[in-house]
Amino acid sequence: MKYLDEYRDERIARGLVAMIAQRATRPWVLMEICGGQTHTLMRFGIDELLPKGVEMVHGPGCPVCVTPLETIDKAINIASRPGVTLISYGDMLRVPGSRTDLFHVKANGGDVRIVYAPTEALKFARANPGRQVVFFAVGFETTAPANAMAVWQAKREGLRNFSMLASHVLVPPAIRALLSSRRNRVQGFIGPGHVCTVMGYREYEDLIREFHVPIVVGGFEPVDLLEAILMLVTQLEEGRAEVENQYVRSVTYQGNLHAQKILGEVFEVCDRKWRGIGGIPESGLNIRQEYADFDADRIFGTQGVTADEPAECISAEVLQGLKKPTDCPAFGVRCTPENPLGAPMVSSEGACAAYYQYRRHLVGAKGSA
Amino acid sequence: MCLAIPGKILSSDVNNGVRVGRVQFGGITREACLDFVPEAVVGDYVIVHVGFAISVVDRAEAERSYELLQSMGVLEGELQSDLEPS
Repeated sequence: MKYLDEYRDERIARGLVAMIAQRATRPWVLMEICGGQTHTLMRFGIDELLPKGVEMVHGPGCPVCVTPLETIDKAINIASRPGVTLISYGDMLRVPGSRTDLFHVKANGGDVRIVYAPTEALKFARANPGRQVVFFAVGFETTAPANAMAVWQAKREGLRNFSMLASHVLVPPAIRALLSSRRNRVQGFIGPGHVCTVMGYREYEDLIREFHVPIVVGGFEPVDLLEAILMLVTQLEEGRAEVENQYVRSVTYQGNLHAQKILGEVFEVCDRKWRGIGGIPESGLNIRQEYADFDADRIFGTQGVTADEPAECISAEVLQGLKKPTDCPAFGVRCTPENPLGAPMVSSEGACAAYYQYRRHLVGAKGSA
Repeated sequence: MCLAIPGKILSSDVNNGVRVGRVQFGGITREACLDFVPEAVVGDYVIVHVGFAISVVDRAEAERSYELLQSMGVLEGELQSDLEPS
Protein backbone atom coordinates (compact mmCIF):
# COMPACT_ATOMS: atom_id res chain seq x y z
CA MET A 1 0.00 0.00 0.00
CA LYS A 2 2.88 2.30 -0.72
CA TYR A 3 0.79 4.83 -2.58
CA LEU A 4 -1.94 5.27 -0.04
CA ASP A 5 -0.08 7.78 2.10
CA GLU A 6 -0.14 10.20 -0.85
CA TYR A 7 -3.92 10.32 -0.78
CA ARG A 8 -5.57 13.35 0.71
CA ASP A 9 -8.33 11.05 1.96
CA GLU A 10 -6.06 8.17 2.91
CA ARG A 11 -8.53 6.71 5.39
CA ILE A 12 -11.37 6.72 2.85
CA ALA A 13 -9.15 5.26 0.13
CA ARG A 14 -7.98 2.50 2.45
CA GLY A 15 -11.59 1.71 3.39
CA LEU A 16 -12.67 1.56 -0.26
CA VAL A 17 -9.79 -0.75 -1.20
CA ALA A 18 -10.75 -3.06 1.67
CA MET A 19 -14.41 -3.05 0.62
CA ILE A 20 -13.52 -3.87 -2.99
CA ALA A 21 -11.39 -6.79 -1.77
CA GLN A 22 -14.26 -7.98 0.40
CA ARG A 23 -16.90 -7.76 -2.34
CA ALA A 24 -14.87 -9.31 -5.17
CA THR A 25 -15.26 -13.07 -5.05
CA ARG A 26 -14.40 -13.60 -8.70
CA PRO A 27 -12.05 -11.96 -11.24
CA TRP A 28 -13.47 -8.94 -13.04
CA VAL A 29 -12.10 -6.87 -15.93
CA LEU A 30 -13.06 -3.21 -15.77
CA MET A 31 -12.30 -0.40 -18.19
CA GLU A 32 -12.01 3.31 -17.59
CA ILE A 33 -12.91 5.10 -20.80
CA CYS A 34 -11.36 8.46 -20.22
CA GLY A 35 -7.64 9.19 -20.51
CA GLY A 36 -7.82 11.63 -17.60
CA GLN A 37 -8.97 8.74 -15.42
CA THR A 38 -6.14 6.54 -16.76
CA HIS A 39 -3.75 9.25 -15.64
CA THR A 40 -5.13 9.27 -12.08
CA LEU A 41 -5.07 5.45 -11.92
CA MET A 42 -1.39 5.41 -12.83
CA ARG A 43 -0.39 8.41 -10.73
CA PHE A 44 -1.84 6.88 -7.58
CA GLY A 45 -1.05 3.26 -8.44
CA ILE A 46 -4.71 2.34 -8.06
CA ASP A 47 -4.36 -0.68 -10.34
CA GLU A 48 -1.73 -2.04 -7.95
CA LEU A 49 -3.85 -1.44 -4.86
CA LEU A 50 -6.77 -3.48 -6.17
CA PRO A 51 -7.20 -7.12 -5.24
CA LYS A 52 -5.51 -9.44 -7.73
CA GLY A 53 -8.67 -10.48 -9.52
CA VAL A 54 -9.86 -6.95 -10.29
CA GLU A 55 -8.06 -5.84 -13.43
CA MET A 56 -8.21 -2.36 -14.95
CA VAL A 57 -7.78 -2.04 -18.70
CA HIS A 58 -7.57 1.34 -20.37
CA GLY A 59 -10.02 2.62 -22.92
CA PRO A 60 -9.95 4.72 -26.07
CA GLY A 61 -10.84 8.01 -24.35
CA CYS A 62 -7.86 10.01 -25.49
CA PRO A 63 -8.98 12.25 -28.36
CA VAL A 64 -5.43 12.91 -29.51
CA CYS A 65 -4.79 9.15 -29.64
CA VAL A 66 -7.79 8.22 -31.75
CA THR A 67 -7.54 11.03 -34.31
CA PRO A 68 -6.92 9.18 -37.60
CA LEU A 69 -3.49 9.41 -39.19
CA GLU A 70 -5.01 10.89 -42.34
CA THR A 71 -6.54 13.73 -40.33
CA ILE A 72 -3.08 14.57 -38.94
CA ASP A 73 -1.81 14.46 -42.54
CA LYS A 74 -4.60 16.84 -43.58
CA ALA A 75 -3.61 19.27 -40.83
CA ILE A 76 0.03 19.07 -41.92
CA ASN A 77 -1.00 19.60 -45.55
CA ILE A 78 -3.05 22.69 -44.68
CA ALA A 79 -0.47 24.11 -42.23
CA SER A 80 2.24 23.91 -44.90
CA ARG A 81 0.40 26.27 -47.25
CA PRO A 82 1.36 29.95 -47.50
CA GLY A 83 -1.00 32.42 -45.87
CA VAL A 84 -2.38 29.83 -43.44
CA THR A 85 -2.16 29.90 -39.66
CA LEU A 86 -3.06 26.53 -38.19
CA ILE A 87 -4.08 26.60 -34.54
CA SER A 88 -4.67 23.62 -32.27
CA TYR A 89 -4.37 22.21 -28.77
CA GLY A 90 -0.77 21.63 -27.63
CA ASP A 91 -0.79 17.84 -27.74
CA MET A 92 -1.61 17.74 -31.44
CA LEU A 93 1.73 19.20 -32.53
CA ARG A 94 3.80 16.14 -31.67
CA VAL A 95 1.42 13.46 -32.94
CA PRO A 96 3.23 11.70 -35.78
CA GLY A 97 1.60 11.91 -39.21
CA SER A 98 2.62 9.63 -42.09
CA ARG A 99 5.88 11.46 -42.73
CA THR A 100 6.22 14.35 -40.29
CA ASP A 101 4.36 16.16 -37.52
CA LEU A 102 3.02 19.68 -37.00
CA PHE A 103 5.93 20.57 -34.75
CA HIS A 104 8.31 20.05 -37.68
CA VAL A 105 6.05 22.08 -39.96
CA LYS A 106 6.36 24.89 -37.42
CA ALA A 107 10.14 24.45 -37.14
CA ASN A 108 10.37 24.72 -40.93
CA GLY A 109 8.59 28.06 -40.98
CA GLY A 110 4.92 27.05 -40.98
CA ASP A 111 2.66 29.23 -38.85
CA VAL A 112 1.40 26.70 -36.30
CA ARG A 113 0.18 27.91 -32.93
CA ILE A 114 -1.07 26.41 -29.70
CA VAL A 115 -4.10 27.60 -27.81
CA TYR A 116 -6.03 26.30 -24.85
CA ALA A 117 -9.43 27.40 -26.20
CA PRO A 118 -11.01 27.56 -29.68
CA THR A 119 -12.21 31.10 -28.96
CA GLU A 120 -8.57 32.24 -28.96
CA ALA A 121 -8.28 31.09 -32.56
CA LEU A 122 -11.38 33.10 -33.37
CA LYS A 123 -9.85 36.20 -31.79
CA PHE A 124 -6.69 35.66 -33.82
CA ALA A 125 -8.75 35.45 -37.02
CA ARG A 126 -10.54 38.72 -36.24
CA ALA A 127 -7.21 40.47 -35.61
CA ASN A 128 -5.50 39.03 -38.71
CA PRO A 129 -7.93 39.33 -41.64
CA GLY A 130 -5.09 38.76 -44.12
CA ARG A 131 -4.46 35.21 -42.92
CA GLN A 132 -6.52 32.06 -43.35
CA VAL A 133 -6.94 30.82 -39.79
CA VAL A 134 -7.70 27.10 -39.45
CA PHE A 135 -8.57 25.62 -36.09
CA PHE A 136 -7.69 21.93 -35.89
CA ALA A 137 -10.43 20.67 -33.56
CA VAL A 138 -10.38 17.23 -32.01
CA GLY A 139 -12.18 15.96 -28.97
CA PHE A 140 -15.03 14.00 -27.44
CA GLU A 141 -18.44 15.32 -26.43
CA THR A 142 -16.80 17.44 -23.73
CA THR A 143 -14.87 19.48 -26.28
CA ALA A 144 -17.29 19.49 -29.22
CA PRO A 145 -19.65 22.20 -27.83
CA ALA A 146 -16.73 24.61 -27.34
CA ASN A 147 -15.54 23.98 -30.89
CA ALA A 148 -19.11 24.28 -32.17
CA MET A 149 -19.44 27.65 -30.49
CA ALA A 150 -16.38 28.95 -32.35
CA VAL A 151 -17.91 27.99 -35.72
CA TRP A 152 -21.31 29.39 -34.74
CA GLN A 153 -19.74 32.71 -33.73
CA ALA A 154 -17.65 32.87 -36.92
CA LYS A 155 -20.78 32.43 -39.04
CA ARG A 156 -22.75 34.97 -37.05
CA GLU A 157 -19.97 37.53 -37.41
CA GLY A 158 -19.44 36.73 -41.10
CA LEU A 159 -15.75 35.97 -40.55
CA ARG A 160 -14.35 34.97 -43.95
CA ASN A 161 -10.88 33.84 -42.81
CA PHE A 162 -11.79 31.27 -40.13
CA SER A 163 -12.44 27.58 -40.67
CA MET A 164 -12.24 24.33 -38.74
CA LEU A 165 -10.67 20.96 -39.48
CA ALA A 166 -12.94 18.96 -37.22
CA SER A 167 -12.44 15.38 -36.01
CA HIS A 168 -14.79 14.77 -33.10
CA VAL A 169 -15.63 11.40 -31.66
CA LEU A 170 -18.42 10.05 -29.45
CA VAL A 171 -18.06 7.71 -26.48
CA PRO A 172 -21.21 5.50 -26.56
CA PRO A 173 -20.61 4.15 -30.11
CA ALA A 174 -17.03 3.30 -29.09
CA ILE A 175 -18.29 1.32 -26.09
CA ARG A 176 -20.77 -0.43 -28.40
CA ALA A 177 -17.91 -1.35 -30.78
CA LEU A 178 -15.76 -2.69 -27.92
CA LEU A 179 -18.62 -4.78 -26.53
CA SER A 180 -19.51 -6.12 -29.98
CA SER A 181 -15.98 -7.37 -30.57
CA ARG A 182 -15.45 -11.11 -30.18
CA ARG A 183 -12.20 -10.35 -28.39
CA ASN A 184 -13.84 -8.18 -25.74
CA ARG A 185 -12.84 -8.91 -22.13
CA VAL A 186 -14.43 -5.90 -20.44
CA GLN A 187 -17.23 -6.63 -17.96
CA GLY A 188 -17.87 -3.16 -16.55
CA PHE A 189 -17.10 0.44 -17.47
CA ILE A 190 -16.22 3.58 -15.57
CA GLY A 191 -18.08 6.19 -17.61
CA PRO A 192 -16.34 9.44 -18.56
CA GLY A 193 -17.28 12.10 -15.98
CA HIS A 194 -16.76 15.19 -18.08
CA VAL A 195 -18.30 13.78 -21.24
CA CYS A 196 -21.37 13.00 -19.11
CA THR A 197 -21.26 16.46 -17.50
CA VAL A 198 -22.07 17.70 -21.01
CA MET A 199 -24.20 14.84 -22.37
CA GLY A 200 -25.80 13.36 -19.25
CA TYR A 201 -26.07 9.57 -19.11
CA ARG A 202 -29.32 8.74 -20.85
CA GLU A 203 -27.43 7.25 -23.84
CA TYR A 204 -25.67 4.77 -21.58
CA GLU A 205 -28.98 3.18 -20.59
CA ASP A 206 -29.39 1.99 -24.19
CA LEU A 207 -25.99 0.28 -24.01
CA ILE A 208 -26.97 -1.55 -20.85
CA ARG A 209 -30.21 -2.78 -22.39
CA GLU A 210 -28.24 -4.03 -25.36
CA PHE A 211 -25.25 -5.63 -23.62
CA HIS A 212 -26.21 -6.05 -19.94
CA VAL A 213 -22.93 -4.54 -18.70
CA PRO A 214 -22.76 -2.15 -15.71
CA ILE A 215 -21.56 1.41 -16.26
CA VAL A 216 -20.70 3.79 -13.41
CA VAL A 217 -20.08 7.41 -14.38
CA GLY A 218 -16.97 8.35 -12.43
CA GLY A 219 -14.96 11.40 -11.44
CA PHE A 220 -11.24 11.96 -11.71
CA GLU A 221 -9.86 11.88 -8.18
CA PRO A 222 -8.41 8.69 -6.70
CA VAL A 223 -11.30 8.31 -4.27
CA ASP A 224 -13.79 8.86 -7.13
CA LEU A 225 -12.23 6.03 -9.10
CA LEU A 226 -12.05 3.66 -6.14
CA GLU A 227 -15.69 4.36 -5.37
CA ALA A 228 -16.68 3.77 -9.01
CA ILE A 229 -14.74 0.48 -9.00
CA LEU A 230 -16.51 -0.56 -5.79
CA MET A 231 -19.90 0.26 -7.35
CA LEU A 232 -19.04 -1.77 -10.46
CA VAL A 233 -17.78 -4.77 -8.49
CA THR A 234 -20.91 -4.64 -6.32
CA GLN A 235 -23.18 -4.64 -9.38
CA LEU A 236 -21.24 -7.48 -11.01
CA GLU A 237 -21.26 -9.62 -7.87
CA GLU A 238 -25.00 -9.05 -7.51
CA GLY A 239 -25.65 -9.81 -11.17
CA ARG A 240 -26.97 -6.30 -11.84
CA ALA A 241 -26.25 -4.11 -14.86
CA GLU A 242 -27.30 -0.49 -14.38
CA VAL A 243 -26.06 3.00 -15.02
CA GLU A 244 -25.01 4.58 -11.76
CA ASN A 245 -23.58 8.04 -11.23
CA GLN A 246 -20.66 8.30 -8.84
CA TYR A 247 -19.72 11.83 -10.04
CA VAL A 248 -22.89 13.55 -8.81
CA ARG A 249 -20.88 16.70 -8.03
CA SER A 250 -20.78 17.52 -11.73
CA VAL A 251 -23.00 15.09 -13.67
CA THR A 252 -26.79 15.19 -13.99
CA TYR A 253 -29.04 12.79 -15.88
CA GLN A 254 -29.77 15.32 -18.62
CA GLY A 255 -26.33 16.88 -18.79
CA ASN A 256 -25.68 20.45 -19.86
CA LEU A 257 -28.53 21.33 -22.24
CA HIS A 258 -26.95 24.65 -23.29
CA ALA A 259 -23.83 22.84 -24.48
CA GLN A 260 -25.87 20.10 -26.21
CA LYS A 261 -27.90 22.73 -28.08
CA ILE A 262 -24.92 24.42 -29.74
CA LEU A 263 -23.35 21.02 -30.48
CA GLY A 264 -26.49 19.94 -32.38
CA GLU A 265 -26.72 23.29 -34.15
CA VAL A 266 -23.26 23.04 -35.76
CA PHE A 267 -22.46 19.32 -35.92
CA GLU A 268 -24.22 16.18 -37.12
CA VAL A 269 -23.48 12.55 -36.35
CA CYS A 270 -21.38 10.71 -38.96
CA ASP A 271 -19.41 7.48 -39.34
CA ARG A 272 -15.83 7.99 -38.14
CA LYS A 273 -12.52 6.20 -38.40
CA TRP A 274 -10.63 5.87 -35.11
CA ARG A 275 -6.86 5.66 -35.21
CA GLY A 276 -5.80 2.14 -34.41
CA ILE A 277 -9.36 0.84 -34.19
CA GLY A 278 -10.87 1.49 -37.61
CA GLY A 279 -14.29 2.68 -38.69
CA ILE A 280 -17.10 2.86 -36.11
CA PRO A 281 -20.63 3.65 -37.38
CA GLU A 282 -22.17 6.92 -36.17
CA SER A 283 -19.24 7.58 -33.84
CA GLY A 284 -18.19 11.05 -34.98
CA LEU A 285 -19.42 14.56 -35.58
CA ASN A 286 -19.15 16.44 -38.87
CA ILE A 287 -19.79 20.10 -39.60
CA ARG A 288 -23.36 20.52 -40.91
CA GLN A 289 -24.01 21.64 -44.48
CA GLU A 290 -25.31 25.00 -43.19
CA TYR A 291 -21.79 25.69 -41.89
CA ALA A 292 -19.92 24.29 -44.91
CA ASP A 293 -18.21 27.64 -45.50
CA PHE A 294 -16.31 27.03 -42.27
CA ASP A 295 -15.29 23.42 -42.98
CA ALA A 296 -11.53 23.42 -43.67
CA ASP A 297 -11.69 19.92 -45.17
CA ARG A 298 -13.95 21.25 -47.96
CA ILE A 299 -12.27 24.66 -48.32
CA PHE A 300 -8.78 23.19 -48.72
CA GLY A 301 -9.92 20.13 -50.68
CA THR A 302 -8.32 17.58 -48.39
CA GLN A 303 -11.27 15.13 -48.28
CA GLY A 304 -9.38 12.59 -50.37
CA VAL A 305 -6.27 12.31 -48.16
CA THR A 306 -5.76 8.75 -46.85
CA ALA A 307 -2.95 7.08 -44.89
CA ASP A 308 -1.86 3.65 -43.62
CA GLU A 309 -0.98 3.16 -39.96
CA PRO A 310 2.58 2.25 -38.96
CA ALA A 311 2.95 -1.48 -38.34
CA GLU A 312 4.98 -1.49 -35.14
CA CYS A 313 2.62 0.54 -32.94
CA ILE A 314 0.16 -1.69 -31.03
CA SER A 315 -2.08 1.23 -30.07
CA ALA A 316 -5.08 -0.53 -31.60
CA GLU A 317 -4.90 -3.25 -28.96
CA VAL A 318 -4.01 -0.83 -26.17
CA LEU A 319 -6.96 1.42 -27.00
CA GLN A 320 -9.33 -1.56 -26.92
CA GLY A 321 -8.06 -2.84 -23.60
CA LEU A 322 -6.64 -6.00 -25.19
CA LYS A 323 -3.03 -5.19 -24.30
CA LYS A 324 -1.18 -3.02 -21.80
CA PRO A 325 1.41 -0.49 -22.98
CA THR A 326 4.14 -2.59 -21.35
CA ASP A 327 3.19 -5.51 -23.63
CA CYS A 328 4.62 -3.55 -26.57
CA PRO A 329 8.23 -4.42 -27.53
CA ALA A 330 8.82 -0.80 -28.57
CA PHE A 331 7.56 0.66 -25.27
CA GLY A 332 10.20 2.78 -23.56
CA VAL A 333 12.81 1.63 -26.08
CA ARG A 334 11.95 2.75 -29.61
CA CYS A 335 8.83 4.58 -28.45
CA THR A 336 9.17 7.31 -25.82
CA PRO A 337 7.41 10.66 -25.27
CA GLU A 338 10.39 12.34 -26.99
CA ASN A 339 10.21 10.01 -30.02
CA PRO A 340 6.71 8.58 -30.12
CA LEU A 341 5.75 5.88 -32.62
CA GLY A 342 2.08 6.32 -31.87
CA ALA A 343 -0.30 8.86 -30.42
CA PRO A 344 -0.91 7.17 -27.01
CA MET A 345 2.71 7.99 -26.16
CA VAL A 346 2.21 11.66 -27.05
CA SER A 347 -0.86 12.87 -25.26
CA SER A 348 -0.87 13.49 -21.54
CA GLU A 349 -4.01 11.36 -21.54
CA GLY A 350 -2.58 8.52 -23.58
CA ALA A 351 -2.19 5.23 -21.72
CA CYS A 352 1.39 4.72 -22.96
CA ALA A 353 2.45 8.19 -21.82
CA ALA A 354 0.81 7.64 -18.43
CA TYR A 355 2.62 4.30 -17.98
CA TYR A 356 5.89 5.90 -19.07
CA GLN A 357 5.52 8.95 -16.86
CA TYR A 358 4.85 6.88 -13.76
CA ARG A 359 7.87 4.72 -14.45
CA ARG A 360 6.06 1.55 -15.37
CA HIS A 361 8.72 1.10 -18.05
CA LEU A 362 11.18 0.29 -15.25
CA VAL A 363 9.27 -2.89 -14.46
CA GLY A 364 9.40 -3.56 -18.20
CA ALA A 365 8.68 -7.13 -19.16
CA LYS A 366 6.95 -7.82 -15.84
CA GLY A 367 4.30 -5.76 -17.47
CA SER A 368 0.84 -5.11 -16.31
CA ALA A 369 -0.49 -4.97 -12.80
CA MET B 1 -6.44 18.59 -23.69
CA CYS B 2 -9.44 16.71 -22.43
CA LEU B 3 -8.95 17.65 -18.82
CA ALA B 4 -11.30 20.04 -17.11
CA ILE B 5 -9.94 22.43 -14.54
CA PRO B 6 -11.86 24.09 -11.72
CA GLY B 7 -11.43 27.83 -11.34
CA LYS B 8 -13.04 30.86 -9.74
CA ILE B 9 -14.98 33.43 -11.79
CA LEU B 10 -13.41 36.86 -11.23
CA SER B 11 -15.47 38.87 -13.71
CA SER B 12 -18.31 38.50 -16.20
CA ASP B 13 -18.91 40.53 -19.39
CA VAL B 14 -20.64 40.19 -22.72
CA ASN B 15 -18.24 40.17 -25.68
CA ASN B 16 -19.38 39.71 -29.30
CA GLY B 17 -22.72 38.50 -27.97
CA VAL B 18 -21.20 35.81 -25.76
CA ARG B 19 -20.85 35.89 -21.97
CA VAL B 20 -17.20 35.61 -21.01
CA GLY B 21 -15.41 35.86 -17.70
CA ARG B 22 -11.90 35.93 -16.32
CA VAL B 23 -11.42 32.69 -14.43
CA GLN B 24 -8.63 32.13 -11.94
CA PHE B 25 -6.79 28.80 -11.84
CA GLY B 26 -4.31 29.12 -8.95
CA GLY B 27 -1.79 31.70 -10.16
CA ILE B 28 -3.04 31.75 -13.77
CA THR B 29 -6.09 33.55 -15.11
CA ARG B 30 -7.73 32.80 -18.43
CA GLU B 31 -10.77 34.00 -20.30
CA ALA B 32 -13.60 31.47 -20.30
CA CYS B 33 -16.99 31.38 -21.97
CA LEU B 34 -19.84 31.26 -19.44
CA ASP B 35 -22.71 30.69 -21.91
CA PHE B 36 -23.12 27.03 -20.91
CA VAL B 37 -23.53 27.96 -17.22
CA PRO B 38 -25.98 30.90 -17.24
CA GLU B 39 -26.62 30.34 -13.53
CA ALA B 40 -22.98 31.05 -12.58
CA VAL B 41 -22.09 34.44 -11.06
CA VAL B 42 -18.84 36.18 -10.10
CA GLY B 43 -17.26 34.36 -7.16
CA ASP B 44 -18.65 30.94 -8.20
CA TYR B 45 -16.36 28.02 -8.97
CA VAL B 46 -16.77 26.36 -12.35
CA ILE B 47 -15.19 23.41 -14.15
CA VAL B 48 -13.58 24.77 -17.32
CA HIS B 49 -12.74 22.70 -20.36
CA VAL B 50 -10.94 24.26 -23.37
CA GLY B 51 -12.07 27.72 -22.29
CA PHE B 52 -15.72 26.85 -21.62
CA ALA B 53 -17.28 26.47 -18.19
CA ILE B 54 -19.32 23.24 -18.28
CA SER B 55 -20.58 22.98 -14.68
CA VAL B 56 -20.72 24.86 -11.38
CA VAL B 57 -19.10 23.14 -8.40
CA ASP B 58 -18.60 24.06 -4.76
CA ARG B 59 -15.42 25.67 -3.52
CA ALA B 60 -14.08 22.70 -1.57
CA GLU B 61 -14.54 20.43 -4.61
CA ALA B 62 -12.83 22.97 -6.84
CA GLU B 63 -9.83 23.38 -4.56
CA ARG B 64 -9.37 19.65 -4.12
CA SER B 65 -9.51 18.94 -7.86
CA TYR B 66 -7.16 21.82 -8.60
CA GLU B 67 -4.55 20.55 -6.15
CA LEU B 68 -4.80 17.08 -7.64
CA LEU B 69 -4.24 18.35 -11.20
CA GLN B 70 -1.36 20.48 -9.98
CA SER B 71 0.23 17.49 -8.23
CA MET B 72 0.00 15.51 -11.47
CA GLY B 73 1.86 18.30 -13.28
CA VAL B 74 -0.71 18.59 -16.05
CA LEU B 75 -1.95 22.15 -15.56
CA GLU B 76 0.71 23.96 -17.55
CA GLY B 77 0.21 21.85 -20.63
CA GLU B 78 -3.53 22.20 -20.39
CA LEU B 79 -3.47 25.99 -20.10
CA GLN B 80 -0.67 26.43 -22.63
CA SER B 81 -1.29 29.10 -25.24
CA ASP B 82 0.85 30.93 -27.80
CA LEU B 83 -1.76 33.65 -28.05
CA GLU B 84 -2.61 34.54 -24.48
CA PRO B 85 0.07 35.70 -22.00
CA SER B 86 0.07 33.89 -18.63
